[in-house]
Amino acid sequence: MSIPVSVPIQWYFLLAGALFVIGALGALSRRNGITIFLSIELMLNSVNLLIVAYARVVGERTGDLLTALNGQILVLFVLAVAAAEAAVGLALFIAIFRGRRTIDVNRLNLMRW
Amino acid sequence: MTAIPIRDFLLLAPEIFLAVAGMAMLVAGSYGRDNGGNGHRGCSVCAVAALAMTGGLVFWLQGGREVPEVILSGMFVLDGYAFFWKILLLIAATLTIFLSERFVAEGGYRPGEYYALILFATTGMLLMVSGFNLLSIWISLELMALSSYILAGYFKHQLKSTEAALKYFVLGALSSGILLYGVSLLYGATGTLELAGLSDALSLAVAAGDGQVLVALGWLLLAMGLFFKVAVVPFHVWTPDVYVGAPTPITSFLAIASKAASFAVLVRIFYQGLAFLTPDWQWLTAALATITMIWGNLAALTQKNVKRMLAYSSIAHAGYVLIGVLTATEDGQWAVLFYLAAYTFITAGAFGTVVLLERRAYAGETYEDYAGLARRAPFLAASMMIFLLALTGIPPTGGFVGKIYLFAAAVEAGWVWVAVVGVLTSAISLYYYMGLIVQMYLKDAEDTTPEPLYAPGLLATVGLCAVITVLLGLLPGPLIELAKGSLLPLP
Repeated sequence: MSIPVSVPIQWYFLLAGALFVIGALGALSRRNGITIFLSIELMLNSVNLLIVAYARVVGERTGDLLTALNGQILVLFVLAVAAAEAAVGLALFIAIFRGRRTIDVNRLNLMRW
Repeated sequence: MTAIPIRDFLLLAPEIFLAVAGMAMLVAGSYGRDNGGNGHRGCSVCAVAALAMTGGLVFWLQGGREVPEVILSGMFVLDGYAFFWKILLLIAATLTIFLSERFVAEGGYRPGEYYALILFATTGMLLMVSGFNLLSIWISLELMALSSYILAGYFKHQLKSTEAALKYFVLGALSSGILLYGVSLLYGATGTLELAGLSDALSLAVAAGDGQVLVALGWLLLAMGLFFKVAVVPFHVWTPDVYVGAPTPITSFLAIASKAASFAVLVRIFYQGLAFLTPDWQWLTAALATITMIWGNLAALTQKNVKRMLAYSSIAHAGYVLIGVLTATEDGQWAVLFYLAAYTFITAGAFGTVVLLERRAYAGETYEDYAGLARRAPFLAASMMIFLLALTGIPPTGGFVGKIYLFAAAVEAGWVWVAVVGVLTSAISLYYYMGLIVQMYLKDAEDTTPEPLYAPGLLATVGLCAVITVLLGLLPGPLIELAKGSLLPLP
């Protein structure tokens, strides 16, 4: 853990923050279900990027390999959960498409928001 | 690196057993040919047996602990607090399965998955209330949430049900992303995910100076994710639609079990992980509790659909529970435990009544459908009246006792204005709950009003909930003692 971080942590922070905001805005403003779903995946992946970067920094700060590993393990779990979420989400889109022939969320208005 | 003792897995046997039981039911369900009454009955009996055995294992392996025991390298903790919630959640899941009698079978959907998903969601909840690490808490939260998304859309040929599931999924995934972002910022600031060390690490990070932005942003985003799960204004937009569109037993499951488990985690994270930030989250919670009580009750006033009214009422009740959370005193904490326990029976009963009146194509949901119910089904009408009085907070019901203790705790802790808002909004809520009682007792039924479903088991469940609601109002002592014995250390 003696190799210096060549890219400052703030850059990762800004990049991840930008990706997260893009994802959140996309999820809230897009109409197509699949695009919304992709935006959410983008949010989760920005978190992954941030955690991996922090794991490196935290490991260097404390000199403890285990605390760094905590973050990397968290990323693996996030990936697994994101995959499970994809399975559920796509299945829901298929169920909706079968009933209505569209996954435009603006047309999902049987109930008021 | 220390090895994990096998004993830790044995201590976690209840959760492991429940997960295995769910998987077994999933496999067994795919062999069954009968989608009607018989297959359904078999599955529900198995599911209740699995929940009962899990309850027994919880009592045997995790009960009676004076000192919290941290297991699996700090992932989970076994303490009186987790024990209280686990028993409550198992009861809530069992009530949900009782409420599903006939209803799901008449929809013509395969029963195996339905009960398996309820068991999976319950597993997630049990792990959640025991979680002692942000990682394990997040994973269990997702297990609960993913199962709930599917359950909300279980009536897949009904457009409303799938629409509810999609709205729940999109907003739920969004909120879990926000929660996770908060977790990652806290990890960056402190280098730890464990609740035990988080608070001290936070104080170090803030003292060091450069971590202040990370800590502030991190805990705010984490709190946002949690507030979404308990449906607090302004993170409540999913609630009315999901509650209306989901199959009614599942609506009840979301309103009692999901909400109770989320509150349990919220309190644990606030009291143990964010103890250092207590004044900050107290103010945030106080502000949100006030908005929630006002908006939830005002929005409920205008509803024509009973499920939607109950959804807004459940939002308002989340506001009342937050009053107890924000006090950060022992009295406030056991009032939260007592209130959510009483609320479980009240709400299960109220939704059970809706299930009994419901027919395909979602009849039995409007206020008019309840007209003259007192004459057509006196027992059902009387039970519903008890639940509505309890939700308003009128004696002699568990709802009254719970509210009194919540407000009293807030006044004692110096949050008088929040308690005043609580009392005033309770008075507002009288109007819309009374509207339904007036329909049942004073209006006459028209020919088109649906007849209640004849389902003895369901009726017995509703009756049991009514009896418990009244008992908690008359003899609250034992439950209060139980709650007082299951407290977390104060922040």
